[in-house]
Amino acid sequence: MAKLARIEISDTEAEKLSREFDAILGYVGEVKSITSPQPLSLLKERGKGRGVFNVMREDGPAHESGMYSEKVLNEAPAREGNYIKVKKIL
Amino acid sequence: MTPEQIRVKDKDIHAFLEVFDDAQAYGEGPLSGKTIAIKDNILFEEHKVSAASKILENFTAPYDATVVKKLKAAGAMIVGRTNCDEFAMGSSTENSAYGVTKNPHDLERVAGGSSGGSAAAVAGGMAELALGSDTGGSIRQPAAFCGVVGLKPTYGRVSRYGLIALASSFDQIGPFAKTVFEVEMLYNVIKGQDPMDSTTITHETYPVRKEFSKTIGIPRAFVESEGISVEVKENFAGAVKKFEDLGYKVKEVALPNLKYVLPVYYIIMPAEASSNLARFDGIKYGMHKDGKDVIEDYFKTRGAGFGPEVRRRIILGTYVLSSGYYDEYYGKAAEVRQLITKELRELFENVDLMLTPTTPSPAWKVGEKSQSPLEMYLEDIFTVHANISGCPAISLPSGFAGKLPLGIELTADLGREDNLFAAGKDFLNES
Repeated sequence: MAKLARIEISDTEAEKLSREFDAILGYVGEVKSITSPQPLSLLKERGKGRGVFNVMREDGPAHESGMYSEKVLNEAPAREGNYIKVKKIL
Repeated sequence: MTPEQIRVKDKDIHAFLEVFDDAQAYGEGPLSGKTIAIKDNILFEEHKVSAASKILENFTAPYDATVVKKLKAAGAMIVGRTNCDEFAMGSSTENSAYGVTKNPHDLERVAGGSSGGSAAAVAGGMAELALGSDTGGSIRQPAAFCGVVGLKPTYGRVSRYGLIALASSFDQIGPFAKTVFEVEMLYNVIKGQDPMDSTTITHETYPVRKEFSKTIGIPRAFVESEGISVEVKENFAGAVKKFEDLGYKVKEVALPNLKYVLPVYYIIMPAEASSNLARFDGIKYGMHKDGKDVIEDYFKTRGAGFGPEVRRRIILGTYVLSSGYYDEYYGKAAEVRQLITKELRELFENVDLMLTPTTPSPAWKVGEKSQSPLEMYLEDIFTVHANISGCPAISLPSGFAGKLPLGIELTADLGREDNLFAAGKDFLNES
């Protein structure tokens, strides 16, 4: 799991986490046994009740070009000109 | 208070990660002359913001959060950024990468969390107002522990643009103050629809379904769940009596699915957190630890940059979302979430408010619960329902256990913060 999450952890921590997960998953696993009538109709009702719908804006420039570029690039760990520098992938 | 006076006062409490030397009023409005502290996960242009994490230690906000823009326009003076649990994950600020915040009422005890610094700053008189964020109780629980008022507004009421995300279907920004009156004033400044946060609502999203009639429901079986301390039970009984004396009709109500709030919360929250925190890759911004290739950079950066609780929740979230477990954990939790929401909304057709304690016990000693993550999670029992359903909820100071403050919590129907303010002012004799 830590590998999937791209996090380096030590063997000791992995062992500790696996013990803690047994307890946590045992507790939250209670939901597996709950039966609910007509779950799908509930979902629909909620969608209506809460006015949930996608909100989009028209395609186009969101702000003046280059307005945030310097600030954003300055936060990158490695920069080359106006690019964020990344290691070779292939 | 000058920045220096705040620093002196904060020496033993550690509510602030940084007190700003350049604090100033940017505009003039309802908050003119007021000082405010903001949680260290809200972006304030050209100021550092770290989410109390090493991975953002030297990060400077490139823009203002919508709430900060509104504070500026309203004339508030932002005096500093407050300590919290790393990425708002925790109930005590013990998960901050920069040390724990102490409770101003007892320096051996925690201030609560995750917005513990904001609560302590107000309780300690270092700021008149504060902003926090609430994903599972992170405003209301520290408010109760520190003896101040804390509000989690309706989901979508306040823009999260510029808030560092934890679990996006739960997160909401909200105010702290010593009185309901001030909490309401700050709420009125920060609320409102925002084109930069598509989840924000308008005043028409939730039409009024019931006129306020001073009726309160108490989910008795839930309030008397295992592990509630004697002091809290006694204090709660006193609060019920007070509401009755104030002319409120108090009735017992049954919400059979409320007992599932914590399992549901502790599945959905880590799932969303694991997705949200995938953005910390050591490439775009924040800490970078070098490995032999890109993949190893990810592992090293995230291993070194995230603290133990953040690692725990990301990995837990990855588990409940993984193929083979998705349906039985995440899918099921999402379904039960609908059941709980439906139950609460039905309740609010008959009563205006639901009353519970805010926390099962008063503030614990620093270090007392940090060995068992599950034990810490159980502390959120009375607060997560509001995030699961989106309903607004407020914590009000309700007395003391010895020198430790206690709080009660009122929850209202979606969009009905007005009921919370009305009953809150009655309870604290503000009206």
